[in-house]
Amino acid sequence: MSDFSSTQEQLKKGALTLPDLVENYLDRIEQKNPQINAYVSVDGDAARKEAEVIQKKIRNGSAGRLAGAVVGVKDVICEKGKVTSCASNILRNFESVYDATVIEKLRSEDAILLGRLNMDEFAMGSSSENTIYGPVRNPHDDSKVSGGSSGGSAAAVAGELCNIALGSDTGGSIRQPASYCGVVGVKPTYGRVSRHGLVAYASSFDCIGPLAHSVRDCAELLSTIAGFDPNDNTSSGLDVPDYASGLESSGTLRVGVPEEYFGEGLDDGVRKIVEDVIAQLEKDEKFNLVPIRIPHMKYSIATYYILATAEASSNLARYDGVRYGHRGDIDEVRKELRQEKEAIEDKIELADAAGKNDLIEEMAKVDSPLIRLYKKSRTEGFGREVKRRILLGTYVLSAGYYDAYYAKAQKVRRLIKQDFDTAFSKVDVIVSPTAPTPAFDIGSNIDDPIQMYLNDIYTTSANLAGNCGISVPAGTHPDGLPVGIQFMGDKYQESKILQAGYLVEQMLR
Amino acid sequence: MSTIAHEKYEAVIGLEVHAQLLTESKAFAPVSTEFGGAPNTQVTPLCLGHPGTLPVLNENLVRYTIRMGLATDCKIAEKSIFARKNYFYPDLPKGYQISQYETPICYDGSIHIEMEDYDKTIGLTRIHMEEDAGKSIHDQDPTDTLVDLNRAGVPLIEIVSEPDIRTPQEAYAYLIKIKQIVQYLEICDGNMEEGSLRCDANVSVRLRGQEKFGTRTELKNMNSFRNVERAIQFEIERQIELIESGGEVVQQTLLWDPNKLETRQMRTKEEAHDYRYFPEPDIPPVIVGEEMLDEVRSELPEMPDVRLERFINELKLNEEDARTLTENRQLADYYEGVLQHLDDPKAVANLVMTEVLRVLNEESIDIRQFPIGTERLAELIALKKDDKINSSAMQQIFNHMLKNGDSAMDLAEEMNLLQVSDTGFIEPIIDDVIEQNPDEVKRFQDGKKQLIGFFIGQVMQRSKGKANPQQVREIITKKLN
Repeated sequence: MSDFSSTQEQLKKGALTLPDLVENYLDRIEQKNPQINAYVSVDGDAARKEAEVIQKKIRNGSAGRLAGAVVGVKDVICEKGKVTSCASNILRNFESVYDATVIEKLRSEDAILLGRLNMDEFAMGSSSENTIYGPVRNPHDDSKVSGGSSGGSAAAVAGELCNIALGSDTGGSIRQPASYCGVVGVKPTYGRVSRHGLVAYASSFDCIGPLAHSVRDCAELLSTIAGFDPNDNTSSGLDVPDYASGLESSGTLRVGVPEEYFGEGLDDGVRKIVEDVIAQLEKDEKFNLVPIRIPHMKYSIATYYILATAEASSNLARYDGVRYGHRGDIDEVRKELRQEKEAIEDKIELADAAGKNDLIEEMAKVDSPLIRLYKKSRTEGFGREVKRRILLGTYVLSAGYYDAYYAKAQKVRRLIKQDFDTAFSKVDVIVSPTAPTPAFDIGSNIDDPIQMYLNDIYTTSANLAGNCGISVPAGTHPDGLPVGIQFMGDKYQESKILQAGYLVEQMLR
Repeated sequence: MSTIAHEKYEAVIGLEVHAQLLTESKAFAPVSTEFGGAPNTQVTPLCLGHPGTLPVLNENLVRYTIRMGLATDCKIAEKSIFARKNYFYPDLPKGYQISQYETPICYDGSIHIEMEDYDKTIGLTRIHMEEDAGKSIHDQDPTDTLVDLNRAGVPLIEIVSEPDIRTPQEAYAYLIKIKQIVQYLEICDGNMEEGSLRCDANVSVRLRGQEKFGTRTELKNMNSFRNVERAIQFEIERQIELIESGGEVVQQTLLWDPNKLETRQMRTKEEAHDYRYFPEPDIPPVIVGEEMLDEVRSELPEMPDVRLERFINELKLNEEDARTLTENRQLADYYEGVLQHLDDPKAVANLVMTEVLRVLNEESIDIRQFPIGTERLAELIALKKDDKINSSAMQQIFNHMLKNGDSAMDLAEEMNLLQVSDTGFIEPIIDDVIEQNPDEVKRFQDGKKQLIGFFIGQVMQRSKGKANPQQVREIITKKLN
């Protein structure tokens, strides 16, 4: 397994050159990607050119801290001049006119951006099947999903099609696919990494984070992309520690074990793996286990799907076909409207007086061409899951329903935050499974949204509270698939979850 | 409609005023707000609603709004939040407008208005911050609507009054007062015709003495101060007539047609939007601490009412003059600027109110564009005050000063208008005039004393305006008696 940190050492020693490394990845992509379907586009020429430039810097000792990182970028993060489609038909040909802040930061530290990664449309999904590019396949078993929504990111790392990937996590979209694909994934604290250039799904939840082969690699990447950004009012001004150098710090970690995360619905195989790891932690003097409660955790899925869809319904309003993106055919719109009106006119001629009035009202309700064009563009542009969430979100914000859904969910969100605040006054990190099951069969949940949403049961709470979380490989399921373990940390306590993840990684090695 | 019917009713009016703020950059994007740029040139990816863009709050939007809040005795919320107002329209690129909903930054204020025979205080419900939409242009292309997004994201405040206004005239006075305040605060240019100040009105009528409000209608598209007054007048009469003839007022939005001088329906209550407001997640709550309040307070200028009192009490101007001079801040500043160089409030007021205002009116310019600086004007008035020139000379010099930058003294010399009080120069002229007009002298001496003007005029003419008329009068009077 060629992780980024050891690759960088090889490069520094001269045992490997960056152009060769890039060529290796491009070869592997050519061989493996048709099957895994992680990349939706690869810019080999740009990567080769960059590799030459950075190789020179490595030789003269001026290379940035990410020299040797060959990075795949989830197709939800804007790169100037590249198609940023969010795996959606509505943005199929949309080229971003600017770089996301994280992209600028990666470039300035000499990371090579290799290509764009497949995902669930607008980051909505847990399987990377909701995509115009076809489903991502799990590198461990191509009949299984990669998880989602950052399925392309997890699969690209697991399939060694890049050594680090950027993903985004709104309800578990980095951690769950990391678990399914057997890689490390970090969801930073909300506000730790700038969202500028991250196409918004649910603005108060969305986080950009790394997926990689090792905790150290994630720590390296996080140190680079974290920090205040004047372009994002929700980014934090707190100093960014050097996460990698803190991995081996001594001292004991108090680990909270919340019973709510080990209840019904947890797959037996997953339970056994996670409990085995916890049992090992218990024997290790570096850990101190503490039973805790997160009583409102049981409401997290419902709360999450109300608040996230509400924000999504507003965030996705801009995709209207007016300024960019897919636009329905205006001639077809006009034709449809003409036919509808003619049909009503025909009926009016035959109707009695009372019927006539109804029909006249019906006529008045026929859409204007503008409204119909919006409808057509969005109907053709969005996939089923995105439409479902826009409708859900629109509903929960509507007059008469707002208090029962949105306002109530906001209150529950506060209660969940309080639960975590209480827990983190006693422990440093909280341990749980990352997902209730290992990767499932492609196609098996696609028509059952509720079952699909339950994949996020252990991850959404960190997004609701704004906390950080990491998924680290914990073992292999009896059916041969990887299973991850999650550590959650308090706000801006990335060092602690990275440290916990690193220790588990070492323990299981 | 009979006036009797009219008197049975009273109107209840509330105004919603939007003021476009004069910040240099937009509310949430670092790009110019200047008016008149080529379409779609003053835009960032955010203004275009591009994916991944985030609003970044312009602190001056907050400060300017607090200025308005403090100037209208509002309470300032320690913590207020932005909200999204969701609706689809081509000139609204994000599909939502960033505004404030449940927690406005300013609330519970008031504005004082003076009517001809009474004064009144109009309550302010709230003042909140929001962004403007772009501009849809329907009349430039035969088939398509064009959209200019230069205005998208320009900061606005919305000032919402309590339903305290009872007549169209009060509405007019209230609006004029808002204009005066925003101009004093230098946060908005207050121009309704250009749309930097916009007003919607909620109007209902009820029987006098009745407590319950009648059904209201909302009036839009009134793009001048007078149109607001007219539209409200029209709407009050329409509602009374409707009720008197047995009908019922329907809650709806009406557009004022300034050409036909009538209102027409825009949408009914059933068609009203559900804007699905919710807290804007991209902008943290706005926290206003004591420190910021103190800072903004220290930036506040003297407000018009206070200045008016001072002009009357300290500068001893009469109320009418003081009112004219304080009507807009720049004029008052100019006036006081002149006083800095010449401490004669009355004399300076006279010239500013006559000559200066005349030029401003004739040229349709702002006092800021007026070519004579305060120091030069003071010098001119001083020449007159020191009897170095007479009033007609002052006017001639003033007119020249408009065209070039010479000082009043230089011009007076150049134009040979300096008054001569030297009797050796004046007496021979007077003697000539007396000698050459024996008839008039006789009539004067017979008692037609108003002929003194004739003699003075003759002398002035012959002296080419240089004689001091006061002195001329004295000498002539002495000589003829």
